[in-house]
Amino acid sequence: MNMGQDQNPVLRVSNLEVTYYTDSGRAKALDDVSFTLNAGEKLGMVGESGSGKSTLALAMMRMIKPPGRIEGGRVEIGGVDLMSLSEEDMRQARLSKIAYIPQGAMNSLNPVTRIGAQLVDAIRSHGIKDSRAQVEERCVNALKSVDLDPAVFRMYPHELSGGMKQRVCIAIGILLQPSVIIADEPTSALDVVTQRQVMETIDRVKDQINAAVILIGHDMGLMAQFVDRVAVMYSGRLVEVSTVREMFTKPVHPYAAALISSLPNLENKGVFQGIPGLAPSLLRLPGGCSFHPRCAKVMDICKTTRPTTRMVQGNRLVTCHLYNEEA
Amino acid sequence: MADATMTEVVRPSRLALALRYTKRNKSLAVGLAILFFLIAFTAIGFMVIDPKHAYPLTAAAKKAPSLKYPLGTDFFGRDLLAAMVVGMWQTAAIGLLAGGIGTVIGVVLGFISAYFGGWIDTIIKTVCQILTPIPVLLIQVVVAGTLDKRDVTIFMMALIIVVLSWMGTTLVVRSQVLTMKERQFVAVAKLSGVGSMGIIFKEIMPNLLPFIAAAFVVQVFQAVFASFYLAVLGLGPLREPLLGNIIWSAQGQGAFFNGWWWWPIEPAIAMVLILGSLALINMGLDELANPRVRKSE
Amino acid sequence: MLRLVIRRLLFLALVIWSASTIVFFIPRMSETNAIRERFAELARTGGFSPTDLEKIIESYTKQFGLDRPLWDQYQDYIVSIFKLDFGFSLNRYPMTVTDVIMQAIPWTLSLLLVTTIISFLIGNLLGALSAWPKAPGWVRAFATPFVLLTGVPPVIMGVLLLFFLGFRMKLLPLGGSYSIGVVPDGSWTFMLDVLKHQVLPALSLILGSVGGWVLSMRGMGITIQGEDYVNFAEHKGLGAGAIFRDYYLRNTLLPQATALALALGTVVTSAIVVEGLFGLPGIGQALNNAIRSNDFPVIYGIVLFITGAVATLMVLMEFVYPLLDPRIRNE
Repeated sequence: MNMGQDQNPVLRVSNLEVTYYTDSGRAKALDDVSFTLNAGEKLGMVGESGSGKSTLALAMMRMIKPPGRIEGGRVEIGGVDLMSLSEEDMRQARLSKIAYIPQGAMNSLNPVTRIGAQLVDAIRSHGIKDSRAQVEERCVNALKSVDLDPAVFRMYPHELSGGMKQRVCIAIGILLQPSVIIADEPTSALDVVTQRQVMETIDRVKDQINAAVILIGHDMGLMAQFVDRVAVMYSGRLVEVSTVREMFTKPVHPYAAALISSLPNLENKGVFQGIPGLAPSLLRLPGGCSFHPRCAKVMDICKTTRPTTRMVQGNRLVTCHLYNEEA
Repeated sequence: MADATMTEVVRPSRLALALRYTKRNKSLAVGLAILFFLIAFTAIGFMVIDPKHAYPLTAAAKKAPSLKYPLGTDFFGRDLLAAMVVGMWQTAAIGLLAGGIGTVIGVVLGFISAYFGGWIDTIIKTVCQILTPIPVLLIQVVVAGTLDKRDVTIFMMALIIVVLSWMGTTLVVRSQVLTMKERQFVAVAKLSGVGSMGIIFKEIMPNLLPFIAAAFVVQVFQAVFASFYLAVLGLGPLREPLLGNIIWSAQGQGAFFNGWWWWPIEPAIAMVLILGSLALINMGLDELANPRVRKSE
Repeated sequence: MLRLVIRRLLFLALVIWSASTIVFFIPRMSETNAIRERFAELARTGGFSPTDLEKIIESYTKQFGLDRPLWDQYQDYIVSIFKLDFGFSLNRYPMTVTDVIMQAIPWTLSLLLVTTIISFLIGNLLGALSAWPKAPGWVRAFATPFVLLTGVPPVIMGVLLLFFLGFRMKLLPLGGSYSIGVVPDGSWTFMLDVLKHQVLPALSLILGSVGGWVLSMRGMGITIQGEDYVNFAEHKGLGAGAIFRDYYLRNTLLPQATALALALGTVVTSAIVVEGLFGLPGIGQALNNAIRSNDFPVIYGIVLFITGAVATLMVLMEFVYPLLDPRIRNE
């Protein structure tokens, strides 16, 4: 099955599955997730809270902690499957192949050591034996490339603003020029102006190192401006992957369509359109397609059979029975 | 394709969950088990022994454990089995009494301090801060040491301990109430016109209960601990077979030098069980109240 | 900084003043007269007649100014406390209470220092490792017995150790400061003998307090593991060792140092009670003797001295905190 538009994508995720074993039962947080990404491409990952966006990021970093478990699937970067690496090789791969820019940048820096030390240890832990001056220069350059003053190198996290801390995290993310950068709601705690600046910074450094970027978030407006393609997740499944233009003008999955139409716009000002019903708990997923109780176009088959992901209209991925014939 | 398999959801009943939880919260289970054992020992003990034998000159002296005296007798002619039963009961009495009074004082002061704030809060907080660096036991030594030892009773002992052991609970309750005051449900209650007493009893109290329960266990632990230390120093009611007193008199008579090993070792083991069970229960409650510490299956 | 120092010194003075006031008033609130009690006991055992007793008490009362108004006594008393003058020992007159304390303090201090440092280090390391998911299984298994010891106070640990190591296995002496028959001449044999008598008390204190550190450090560790910066360190690809040292341990340093400061009172008290149990020369024995012989000035003197020392140490520790956490430096 051809999942992407390019034969040689830098990132290929296939059939990734994650389950959480909790007191009240098993919860499938990631169910058969597959997609690809090219170098320099930006993918936006959207969905309600608990839809599995952050789990996907953690799974790709192989950082799922008990009671969660990666049950299967592959995450290939440049042809190497991260899931099959040894523990030590995976550690080396973090930051050098795949970097993660955290959600809570406010608390993501060690409060008791200097910023510089936190950049230097990232480099040193990847077996780089350059001289101290060289390493330091590299760190200062990384700080400069995210518009931070070199003096930040000698400062402590509590001396920086939220936006500056987020920049430091981005600087750390690009230190070793990874091929894939995952930014997990990197701007959720920031004000609108700073948000924009941080997003532009990510955009710029991405171009410098030609990395693929996965931007996780639920701010559709921000997505529309910054990403090339949008992926929509619902209760652990990827329900649609399309280009930004396609997604915003003609979404194919009923859930994506509902999501788009719930966005406010000037034409129907004052009319608030939500999606009926609540997102289901992962512990009590409805049978068949888990979206069927809320779906406007529900059919009989949706209640009994789990839809598979197929490619429609060229290279759009969709997981919905409506498109069974088109494939 | 694996169709309806993921709809298979295991939803155990509440009872099963609770049982599974105690299985996982081993400290709580073991602590409670030891505590029940101690209670049973004391209760059955009182049916079997004559409490009079817990006092000097009621049994043959210096007898090693035997059929007649399962736990032996001491230098002063006390049956140690009887002494342990009575001593256990007295330790529990001091612990519960001092722990209970201490908790009540602590909760009330903590509440007043946090809820009303202002200068009341400043005074209570400052007093707590000043008293905290003072080694409580030493002040208790002064109090107990000043009293005529013939006057010291079990009840007196509990009071001596209460005098300076309410600060911990006060500070814990104070900080908890302070955070709860900021929480939304209290703000909502206030906006909807619930009076301050109403807020305390309807909104804050129920949420505070786990912390009060934990504080009570800590208080009892500290009271047992303090009464034991005072008794080991020879500051308890000397006539009574308090566990600490038994060790004090055993050391005073050089029990180990003379080979009467059972004399000090028995109260020591009893004390390990008492304090151990309290510590385990406290750990278990902590796990219950603080989900972050909860381990997953 | 200067303002902080002055504020802490004021706080210290307030603590010592409060403790002194409690110690001054409690005995005076009770019915029994300490000095009468003491001399009555001497009269019972020592053989002077009750008429002499009244005279002795009278002269003694005058000498110590006990016939003056309470307020004057109180003022003199407070002034003398801050001069470290606690009066004379009743039992070992003409020794002053300060003499008694000074004679005993080196023993207590060395025992305290060694045991506290060892148990703090071992306990914190074991606690940190036992909460660390990447720690080898045997380390975690090793920490468990120490956690079970948490509920066992040092004194009981002392009784148990006396039984097993001293009484059953006859490895170590049962008490006292040196063996009977050894000449206290400062020779190596003597020193070794003294040291041997310190092993069991030290072991009791270490084993009796290590569990507490394991436990508190483990709680601390679990909290810190959930922190974003530890997670991000792992995302950065740092090795387990580096995360453990620079992110995890480093961040527990301040809370654990604070915990040590707060525990000082208990630590010192435990040491005193253990010394009493083993009959070691030290504050514990001095206090024990004073209690047995109703030597009230010594009891009060020791209590105030220890309180002052603990409070002073706590205040000193507060000046170490900024070195451990840069966030406090700016305040």
